[in-house]
Amino acid sequence: MILTPEQQALLDGSEGEIMAKIVKTLVMYGDAFGAERMAKVTSKYGHTVISFGLEVMKPVYDLYDTIIAAGLPEGQKFTADPKPLDPKVPSSLLDDLVFKKIMYTQQKRYEEQMRKLGVTNDEDYTCACYLDQVGNVPQKGDVLSWAESSAVVYANSVLGARCNRNSGMLELMGSIAGFVPEFGLLTDDGRKADWVVEVRCEKKPEAQLLGSAIGMKVMEQVPYVKGMEKWLGTELNDEAKAYLKDFGAATASNGAVGLYHIAGLTPEAVEQGESLIREGAQVYVIDDAELQRVKDSYPVIWKKPEAKPELCFVGCPHMSLQQLKDWTRDVTEGLRKNGRQKVAVPTVFTAPVPVIKEFEQTMDAYYLKQSGVVLSYICPLMYMNNPLCKKKNVITSSNKLRTYTSARYYTEAEILEIITGGAK
Amino acid sequence: MKQFKGRVVVPGTCQAQALVSHGGFNTLASYQMALMFGDKEVKCGDQNNADLYKKSLLGKALCLPQTIGSTTGGMVLFTVCSYNKQPACMLFSKPIDSLAASGAILADVWTEAKMPVVDNLGQEFLDYVKDGMSISVGEDGLVTVD
Repeated sequence: MILTPEQQALLDGSEGEIMAKIVKTLVMYGDAFGAERMAKVTSKYGHTVISFGLEVMKPVYDLYDTIIAAGLPEGQKFTADPKPLDPKVPSSLLDDLVFKKIMYTQQKRYEEQMRKLGVTNDEDYTCACYLDQVGNVPQKGDVLSWAESSAVVYANSVLGARCNRNSGMLELMGSIAGFVPEFGLLTDDGRKADWVVEVRCEKKPEAQLLGSAIGMKVMEQVPYVKGMEKWLGTELNDEAKAYLKDFGAATASNGAVGLYHIAGLTPEAVEQGESLIREGAQVYVIDDAELQRVKDSYPVIWKKPEAKPELCFVGCPHMSLQQLKDWTRDVTEGLRKNGRQKVAVPTVFTAPVPVIKEFEQTMDAYYLKQSGVVLSYICPLMYMNNPLCKKKNVITSSNKLRTYTSARYYTEAEILEIITGGAK
Repeated sequence: MKQFKGRVVVPGTCQAQALVSHGGFNTLASYQMALMFGDKEVKCGDQNNADLYKKSLLGKALCLPQTIGSTTGGMVLFTVCSYNKQPACMLFSKPIDSLAASGAILADVWTEAKMPVVDNLGQEFLDYVKDGMSISVGEDGLVTVD
């Protein structure tokens, strides 16, 4: 890799041993992928996937202490993934004991480290940092040093920014150094589509199912998706963005997709059209039957598959304001139809704190509270990331949560039926 | 005996018994429980990985196509190495993925752990190697399977 004189000086120790090791890490990372140079990080903010102070991850926090103690020049500020704990979310005494005394003993320490390293503020802990209310919205063409698979795929695909699927820790080092190795999704060639996906569904495909099917098929490659105009239109409005947020999270977690193009809708597809498609690209046709096949293939890992759900999570990734409003309307209507006042299953909707604050200014917040649904900033995935939750019968409309935990997936319509007491 | 030539990602040499995952290795799911409960044998906790589930990962020559799963994967691998609970080496049949590369490089630069990493060994390597076979990794990325 060819470094600029300034980058080489950093590698040689001009800013001390710790900065030299940070640059060495980035250089080795680039070398592993044939990067020829570093690209300047141009976004205003970074984003880190690490939001939790887990006891077992002490070496990570020790390393961060070392970085802080080195007194390096301030890097870019950043947002972070959602926090793992929120007292509003239902939990047993045993859960609380395990969470606070065994698992998340480093949480206070870590959040203090985040303040020192440059988290934008204590409310900006969300995986959907790119929502307007949070304000970490990169410009088209910006180079990012982000981690969090769902945020990276959204930034690349919907916003047209450029970011690789970085790991936690590496992303922070890129933000501190101010540059990242140029390879993969940072290059024009790396953004070409390896697959053409033809969607031939008779009804609007569920975002989380369609994303899952595509992720499992193309894995880490780039799909160019056709046939979505009639469902999503040609304008990136709130509804389309919310759909693509959930779709992308499923492609990234069920596979390892870092970028997708939607014909006629996402910025690079609008500008470049089918010239984005690589010669010899493979074709994947998706119809309603294919989506059903994919859904039926999900294993149910509950001990008793017929057991009643004990908890429901909606909002992985975090919900947008419009999604919160829509779900509130649907839950209220569903409860009325089924002659109920409260949800039949303890239910948690998750969203970023700034979105929750705006939502709470609306009448919908009153209706949601009346329905018994808990509104939280928690990370459902971190909440479920422990042995106790494996025994809980949790349901979700999130394909990401399904993939990483024992939560059972249902479509949004099915979830609505279950939580409003309409399902038999 | 058969030899396979790969590309060195993290240099080093080692000898160890093979442990083979034919599917993607989910780093977080594999190590989560072992780390959380201080499992000395570092048994794989990923119930979706039939090849490795409940098998000890400690000190093995881990043979795999790529890693999959959460972008916390790199920091998990770094943590495993910090506790000196890492595999003897990681041998990838495909080009290494960005999360595994991050973890291996973080471990190499920031910890004392030694874990050579070689990628691009090819599908034939993964088809040939079986659990328990003797593996020798050379400085130049030459992997000998016996």
